[in-house]
Amino acid sequence: MDAIILQILNGLDKGSAYALIALGLTLIFGTLGVVNFAHGALFMIGAFCAVTLSRLLSLSHEVAVPGEVDFLGNPAMRDQPYAYDIFGEAWGAHIIDWAVPLSILFAIPVMILIGVIMERGLIKHFYKRPHADQILVTFGLAIVLQEIIKYYYGANPIPTPAPEAFTGSFDFGALIGFEANTIIYPYWRLVYFAFAAIVIGAVFAFLQFTTFGMVVRAGMADRETVGLLGINIDKRFTIMFGLAAAVAGLAGVMYTPINSPNYHMGMDFLVLSFVVVVVGGMGSLPGAVLAGFLLGILESFASMREVINIIPGINQVIIYLVAIVILLTRPRGLMGRKGVMED
Amino acid sequence: MFGLDKKDASLLLVVAALVVFAPFFLNPFPEASGWAQFNAGYPDLMQRFVIFGIFAIGFNILFGLTGYLSFGHAAFLGVGSYAAVWMFKLLSMNVIPAIILAVIAAGVFALIIGYVSLRRSGIYFSILTLAFAQMSFALAYSVLTPITGGETGLQLALDDPRILGGLSSSDGNIPVPGLFGLEMRDSSKLVLGGWVFTFNFGYYFSALIMLLSFYLSIRIFRSPFGMMLRAVKSNQQRLNYTGVNPRPYTLAAFVISGMYAGLAGGLMASMDPLAGAERMFWTASGEVVLMTILGGVGTLIGPVLGAGMIKYMENIISKINSDILHTWFAFLPDGLEDAVVAMIYPFIGKGWHLTLGIVFMLVVIFLPGGLVEGGQRLAGLFRRKKTDESKTATTEPAE
Repeated sequence: MDAIILQILNGLDKGSAYALIALGLTLIFGTLGVVNFAHGALFMIGAFCAVTLSRLLSLSHEVAVPGEVDFLGNPAMRDQPYAYDIFGEAWGAHIIDWAVPLSILFAIPVMILIGVIMERGLIKHFYKRPHADQILVTFGLAIVLQEIIKYYYGANPIPTPAPEAFTGSFDFGALIGFEANTIIYPYWRLVYFAFAAIVIGAVFAFLQFTTFGMVVRAGMADRETVGLLGINIDKRFTIMFGLAAAVAGLAGVMYTPINSPNYHMGMDFLVLSFVVVVVGGMGSLPGAVLAGFLLGILESFASMREVINIIPGINQVIIYLVAIVILLTRPRGLMGRKGVMED
Repeated sequence: MFGLDKKDASLLLVVAALVVFAPFFLNPFPEASGWAQFNAGYPDLMQRFVIFGIFAIGFNILFGLTGYLSFGHAAFLGVGSYAAVWMFKLLSMNVIPAIILAVIAAGVFALIIGYVSLRRSGIYFSILTLAFAQMSFALAYSVLTPITGGETGLQLALDDPRILGGLSSSDGNIPVPGLFGLEMRDSSKLVLGGWVFTFNFGYYFSALIMLLSFYLSIRIFRSPFGMMLRAVKSNQQRLNYTGVNPRPYTLAAFVISGMYAGLAGGLMASMDPLAGAERMFWTASGEVVLMTILGGVGTLIGPVLGAGMIKYMENIISKINSDILHTWFAFLPDGLEDAVVAMIYPFIGKGWHLTLGIVFMLVVIFLPGGLVEGGQRLAGLFRRKKTDESKTATTEPAE
């Protein structure tokens, strides 16, 4: 029992990332009908927003240490981050420590801007072209974005730690009545899951309970009619693209402490996220979220030693295997709508 | 000639001439000059040109004719490589059985994957092929290590059985692949003035096979079978309504293009007898998509051009470094020189993928027919100026 709970927990953080990326992909596909192969790159850019902010915050200059001299008799120097000057020593240290969560505030406008520029500048011209063209041009864009990041940040993973308060693990088993030390779970992964749940909830609430969301949902159902009613649906869809980019970016920001970001992390996630979207059903938002968590948890179960002993290598292929079975038996995916990309 | 009409025959002849004289015109710079490092006429690179040409020609038979975008084609290349290396290990170092087995293995593999994947079309087909290829990659990397060599890849060893061939060469090393005594790596050099031209047996062997597969692809394009595949691309529904089941045709196209990939993989292993799982990774599948689109999808010559261009860029652009740039722009005033070099620097050397991505995007946006369409447009422009009649270039629509 405790092993099962542990595996479910282990699956949650990867599942959260899958779900967030798949949610964004589905938002873009459902509103604009575009298959966005550059979505993984957006996830990666989000992660590098966190890297950028934490570097910016720890920018420092040299100051003299009062009362100390080095061996030449000059005043001893030490690096002092600018953040200390602005916010004072105690607050400055806290801010640097909390760089990753603070990056959320930084990433949202940046990602929305990137998303809107992408949609207006490039994707807009591809609505009437075949899906294969959309796949190809966004694939090219993904390569370009990835290489730009590689140029500025190098090819090596950049460790970006979580705040001090969330490092380490806690005994989840003891909390829910199991023996101590059976279910140990890192704090940050729980934070990631909670964060993903909040973001997903916020997106759904936004679509469900605001007028803007209502119009967007109407546009997803029948774009032409909404347009005929005198609503500028294109503008709203552009904003939705920005929102989807922001969701992917946020997923990336918060993922940095779990996996040090490198330039190709987006591509690694993209392939799996597409599988997730297809399993969930093209164009179905709940389907994407459900399939994301489901596949994440399934993957973690498949990597249990007992399972690998029975079917070696299953942990590597389980997601693809599930995708193949689902696509062949339930062509619309788990919760796909009728009439969306049927063939 | 060979059952081709005049236009196709001349195309085949042009390609044949290009391939035969490639060692000359790919080496335009004298050996002693500073430009010599941009010569592309060395055996390793020329072999890659033709081998990836075969790969792209095969991919084009599937994507260009039927419109099915496979994102997992590298899996067949990998299977072909593994099969060929196993043949070297078990049978003999002769490349003929290795290549035959590579083609057969890839064909069988393509039959299985195609049978399942072709039940869906559009993006679902792309995802299915991608899933299968990623699965093969993951398995080759981990569980199938006894067959594939895992992370280190599959290599030859001195204690391989090699039933028909010698266990080791005369000097006690692992023998090299060859064709009835002629070694694939045999080269002869021709020195003409300052120029050095290398003629490599492996290159000409691959080139011959490439010409044969190019010829075959022309025949497929012009055959009733090819027409059927085009019908699948333009309107599958109508085909269904007229009582034709398109699946056998698409499956045949898929298997043929998988066999082409296997042939390329087998040749790759014949030139350099090792095979690794990274050949099956999905970026390798993406590369052949890039080649085909860049050259011109659905055209005969396009994929060959695209493959040549990408492999050339990969090898040549990535060699340029900032020092070379500085010598190129040395005629500019100092400050301007630095500025220009700083501007170009991200696109060269290690950044050549950036150039590739940008070029690819530009091609997809402005030239959906690839380089071939670009060439036709240019030709059309000149022709119009000459004869002053608006002859529209005959482009084949690409999707």
